[in-house]
Amino acid sequence: MPTPSRAWREFPQRYRLEAGKCKKCGAVSFPPRLVCPVCGWREFTKTKLAENGKVLTYTIIRVPPHQFADQAPYAVAIVELSDGVKVTGQVVDCDFDKIKIGLRVKFEFRKMYSEGEAGVIYYGYKFVPA
Amino acid sequence: MREVAVIGVGMTKWGELWEKSLRQIFVETALLALEDAGVGRIDSMYIGSMSPGLFIGQEHIASLLADYLGKTPIPAVRVESACASGGLALRQGFIEVASGLSDIVLVGGVEKMTDVDGSEATYTLGTAADQEYESFHGITFPGLYALIARAHMARYGTTREQLAMVAVKNHDNGSMNPLAQYPFKITVDAVLNSVLVADPLRVLDCSPITDGAAVVILSSLSTARKLKKPLIKIAGSGHATDTIALSSRKDITWLESTFQAAQKAYKMAGKKPKNIDLVEVHDCFTIAEICVTEALGFFDIGKGGEAVQKGLTSLKGKIPVNSSGGLKAKGHPVGATGVAQVIEIVKQLRGEAGQRQVKKARVGMTQNMGGSGGSALVHIFERI
Repeated sequence: MPTPSRAWREFPQRYRLEAGKCKKCGAVSFPPRLVCPVCGWREFTKTKLAENGKVLTYTIIRVPPHQFADQAPYAVAIVELSDGVKVTGQVVDCDFDKIKIGLRVKFEFRKMYSEGEAGVIYYGYKFVPA
Repeated sequence: MREVAVIGVGMTKWGELWEKSLRQIFVETALLALEDAGVGRIDSMYIGSMSPGLFIGQEHIASLLADYLGKTPIPAVRVESACASGGLALRQGFIEVASGLSDIVLVGGVEKMTDVDGSEATYTLGTAADQEYESFHGITFPGLYALIARAHMARYGTTREQLAMVAVKNHDNGSMNPLAQYPFKITVDAVLNSVLVADPLRVLDCSPITDGAAVVILSSLSTARKLKKPLIKIAGSGHATDTIALSSRKDITWLESTFQAAQKAYKMAGKKPKNIDLVEVHDCFTIAEICVTEALGFFDIGKGGEAVQKGLTSLKGKIPVNSSGGLKAKGHPVGATGVAQVIEIVKQLRGEAGQRQVKKARVGMTQNMGGSGGSALVHIFERI
């Protein structure tokens, strides 16, 4: 079973949507990186992701990996946020037939999955209709 | 750099091989390749395998397989690049022979996937995606390619039927390949009515879970000339990477790593798409074949679906794609796939492909990719 460190070191990103903004070119990286993928610069300011965006593409997962067995079927989308960053996440609290490319969504803090007996309960973000 | 030839190929029947272990599958296959090459000595081995650690709880397999093949103490290396592990093994073997460091190198790929159940296999394959920012959200590999498919359909008008036609065409070809896991034909209706896995992809859009191995033997061209067999040269080799997270890419429908690897391979070989007689591509899902044929330059961007519908990729089409049956019908023992693609091209260029022989095939290509396109390998082969 993984140690809790694997979960807590991602808290800033998963709980607070922390991203890195390149001091040179302004590109926002999520999760934060040490090297800007656009210009190669190595200095960043801490920033927070935009909370709203729209669905770029989506699918309904019907054959899940074991951690998600109790949640299937569920929708997963790539969402383009209003700051231009693209993020993968589930779309919840929405009938599948209401999900379309272009659907406006926003982040919510949710339980993701748990590792079972005495394991970590993972939390993070999902998307809901805006 | 020395010129390199493929002097031997070996493949056994793929499928759910409950009675056989990874080491047994590999050794049986390697012996066939050595026999085909007609050489006893090899200088080193490269083995492509994605995840023996998770599939069978065994790492350190390069030494294990060298041992069971009776080849210790030669150097043996396992390489991993998810589903492109086999293509990567080929490239590393090619580089070693081309460098002059070795003269005869065994390149193999192997995966034993049925020792775990379906959900564990889905999890293991999912480790080729970004664990913290993709898999953490419950996305699977069919799911990632479904995201690509949905975007491709919306942008270019690719239809659900065109996706199905990829699977139908590959099963048509696979029905003539006795080593394929599923050597039978299917219909468009069967694909469209099969169970949904990750909308819009259905189970007959997906390559299966497979046990299997594939092995080729490489040598310098000068050594190959002494063997008095059809000479198949590796004319070009290209390898490229991209973000492993699909969401980090500028364009979700475009396989940049395949494009980049192809450009390198074309340049090394002095070839263009129009010079390629047939190609084996990584059709892990039907949409993948459509995107790959665009990235390789066979069709304009967005026209891959239309090309399948027009029959341009069928055995007698403009550019036959996946004459072997592809991953879809032949099976997809992940690490072995990239090597099996080479075997199909070599058989075709030798004129040994039987019923599925592409006429006058002299130049063939393989394209093998890892994950949702985070890595890609493209090789060009020429009969000389």
